[in-house]
Amino acid sequence: MTAAPRPDVVIVGAGIVGAACAYALAREQLRVLICDAGFPGGGATAAGMGHIVVMDDSPAQLALSALSRRLWEELAATLSLACEDERPGTLWIAASGEEFSALDEKRALYGRAGVRAEILDEQTLAAAEPNLRRGLAGALFVPDDRVLYPPNAARWLLDAAIERGAELRIGSAARAVGAGRLTLVGPSGAVETVEAGAVVIAAGIDTPSLIPGIAIVPRKGHLVITDRYPGLLHSQLVELGYLHSAHSMSGASTAFNLQPRSTGQVLIGSSRELAGRDASINPAIVRDMVARAVAFMPALAGCLAIRTWTGFRPATPDKLPLIGPWPDLPGVWIAAGHEGLGITTATGSAALIAAGIAGRAAPIDATPFLPSRPMPAMEAA
Amino acid sequence: MSDHHAVDVAVVGAGPAGLSAAVHAAESGARVTVIDQTWHAGGQIWRHRDRAELPDEARALMARFEASGAQHLAGTSLFDARPGHLSVLGPNGSLELIAGAVVLATGARERFLPFPGWTLPNVFGVGGLQALVKAGLEVNGKRIVLSGSGPLLFPVAATLAQHGAQLAAVCEQAPRGRVTRFAASLWREPGKLAQAARYRSTFRHVPFRMGTWIERAEGEGRVQRAILTDGTRRWSVDCDMVGAACGLIPSVEVGMAMGCDIVNGVVAVDARQQTSVAGVYAAGECTGVAGEDAAIVEGAIAGLSAAGRPAEALYARRDRGRAFAARLETAFSPRPELRDRADATTIVCRCEDVRLDELRAEWGARQGKLASRAGMGACQGRVCGAALAHLFGWEAPRVRPPLVPVPVSALRPAEPLRD
Ligand SMILES: Cc1cc2nc3c(=O)[nH]c(=O)nc-3n(C[C@H](O)[C@H](O)[C@H](O)COP(=O)(O)OP(=O)(O)OC[C@H]3O[C@@H](n4cnc5c(N)ncnc54)[C@H](O)[C@@H]3O)c2cc1C
Ligand SMILES: Cc1cc2nc3c(=O)[nH]c(=O)nc-3n(C[C@H](O)[C@H](O)[C@H](O)COP(=O)(O)OP(=O)(O)OC[C@H]3O[C@@H](n4cnc5c(N)ncnc54)[C@H](O)[C@@H]3O)c2cc1C
Repeated sequence: MTAAPRPDVVIVGAGIVGAACAYALAREQLRVLICDAGFPGGGATAAGMGHIVVMDDSPAQLALSALSRRLWEELAATLSLACEDERPGTLWIAASGEEFSALDEKRALYGRAGVRAEILDEQTLAAAEPNLRRGLAGALFVPDDRVLYPPNAARWLLDAAIERGAELRIGSAARAVGAGRLTLVGPSGAVETVEAGAVVIAAGIDTPSLIPGIAIVPRKGHLVITDRYPGLLHSQLVELGYLHSAHSMSGASTAFNLQPRSTGQVLIGSSRELAGRDASINPAIVRDMVARAVAFMPALAGCLAIRTWTGFRPATPDKLPLIGPWPDLPGVWIAAGHEGLGITTATGSAALIAAGIAGRAAPIDATPFLPSRPMPAMEAA
Repeated sequence: MSDHHAVDVAVVGAGPAGLSAAVHAAESGARVTVIDQTWHAGGQIWRHRDRAELPDEARALMARFEASGAQHLAGTSLFDARPGHLSVLGPNGSLELIAGAVVLATGARERFLPFPGWTLPNVFGVGGLQALVKAGLEVNGKRIVLSGSGPLLFPVAATLAQHGAQLAAVCEQAPRGRVTRFAASLWREPGKLAQAARYRSTFRHVPFRMGTWIERAEGEGRVQRAILTDGTRRWSVDCDMVGAACGLIPSVEVGMAMGCDIVNGVVAVDARQQTSVAGVYAAGECTGVAGEDAAIVEGAIAGLSAAGRPAEALYARRDRGRAFAARLETAFSPRPELRDRADATTIVCRCEDVRLDELRAEWGARQGKLASRAGMGACQGRVCGAALAHLFGWEAPRVRPPLVPVPVSALRPAEPLRD
């Protein structure tokens, strides 16, 4: 039994999103209680690539990811070494002349959002990444994109929140969320009712079990990691077609997405499929993904792969996260549904939640993310 | 290039259990393929020896294997396994083996428990040192300390003595009481007793110390001294090499990947040597460490069962082997004091250079791995997993393909890209 004072905010879920919310809210001088049914950063956050990337699938996504990257930049100097934070930048690869001609528009879009970007032609790209296959038309280089190690970044955000007075409960599962209240079941089975000014649900793919009817489904992804090959590539390499793979909800898709880790390892992504919660490896998907990667970078064929794993992105039908008050339950806020961009957009989402709860103006237009927005039906797989 | 190959029985591992399974399945008329990542049949125990030196039963089994018609894919690693379906990589590329039944005979490996200095050059495992000597490591005139546990110590000491090493100490961590009770029970196995006596005679001038273990290894650039202890006294022994481990642990990763129940660290099997997954059998040390005799009879039962033949006649002999395994386990389990050796700066995960003080006992294996990288390296926790289980009681690391590191190209399709 703890006789701790009533928290101002209870956060459910200590993945990267919940952890970022805890940090942002603790910085508002609010008394924060954050709980996780498992351990912090053990959900989708433990599986993600950790690419902090500005994406332009929609204007709202561009605004949120640009804001979020800026907030990560502000934290960069203070992050622990274990967060493996680096700034290798992103190369958006145009395989064909047709794709290359689309880069101008992408660069202009980024420019309007205050994001530096530069077009590399065939030769400059080959010089920058000599292990890419020859004959690629060029790339858009976004130098300020980052890579970090998500589970430890989540842990760092939590520790920073705890330093500012937040309380973390590990192995504590929320149930029965009501207006400004919920039930917590502790590791030993002890049941406790907690009341708070605000409840923030940041439970990733488990959000629907607390908020029935909310439109979030698990979207499975595969990754393969190699042994250490420092210098094989320098920036995160993503094919322009990635946006298409990420955007389309129907069927299974793979895209070339290659990441240099600070350890010298290479992380090979990525795939998307709706497959329920079956965490097993689908060899056909791995084959497609790896074939694509080797087609772009032939030298990868001889590198040793040491592990493959899967993770579940919390996906929404309109490809935007749900951030803001839940209309059916006063005092309940949602910060979930970040699909494949939640490591990046955790910081921006937390800024929106903190502004909302503190009653301040939001740093960007919050309406595209409001959980009350009309939602299209989920496309069938 | 990926290729398909269908067989009735696929056997994983070409040690005593695997060879015995292959022989019995093939002699029952099944099409059998045996895969092993090394180049020679025989497993840890027989592989490095001259055929002429092998015990009669081993020689007979190897000859029967060669005559059985079973196919032997040497230098071939299994990197993904589902019931009935094995992905292997051999000298000619990758191959998909479609098997009606699978026999797992993946053996055991040494249990390494970290102590200060265990990562110094010239500190090896106990069985590891023996394998190196058989592969040509020069030990003539070298002063060597052995600190281990269980029946493996004697043959290794014998091999080292025969190669001219000066054994500075041979230490068994298990307390004298446990060892003598175990030895007394060996009247049921007169052959084993005689064998132990033969081994002992090759290093009879060296004291065999029970209830004694290495506490730390010290030296500049390589090991020069071992600090030994019996729990009350400690003393220093000068040496050029150390062989240190704590017995064997079953290699259960392939069983785990296939979804077989793992109980108390071994692949669980029924009377027919079938695992919890229909059509997947297991034999030998992956089902419990009991030595070559038990492995051979378990392999025979598994091979007959996998080929759909009865094997009841062999059960009694197998059950004696299992009882022996249980007595081994009781006698030679690691003593708790071994836990206290590692200090804050001792490396616990060699692949990723993780120190003990980077871990917290309250984490489990998965949280510990994510937070510290322990178990994330190329061996995927095969070495540090046992150490972390001993130090903190953490569960065994989960396996994911590839089960062993393979070139990225092995994961690539023969089929054209889907779009
Ligand atoms: C293969 C893959 C690659 C990715 N790559 C990237 C990338 O490069 N860049 C990027 O920005 N994003 C990437 N992502 C996406 C990113 O990982 C996710 O969007 C993000 O981790 C979601 O974080 P979260 O905190 O919402 O969810 P989670 O990390 O899943 O956290 C939710 C937490 O809630 C807890 N919880 C659930 N229910 C309860 C309950 N009832 N009570 C208490 N706690 C509960 C869970 O235990 C869990 O810890 C990738 C994802 C995948 C799968
Ligand atoms: C940026 C980054 C880099 C990483 N680098 C490495 C690395 O270098 N080396 C490394 O080993 N790992 C690495 N990891 C992976 C990490 O250690 C975990 O493996 C990650 O959490 C993915 O989990 P997992 O599914 O592999 O297995 P786990 O974390 O063990 O399990 C996750 C869940 O999947 C289930 N599960 C596990 N195996 C199976 C299976 N076969 N079938 C069905 N379900 C299963 C488990 O029960 C569990 O619920 C990295 C992760 C990140 C985010």
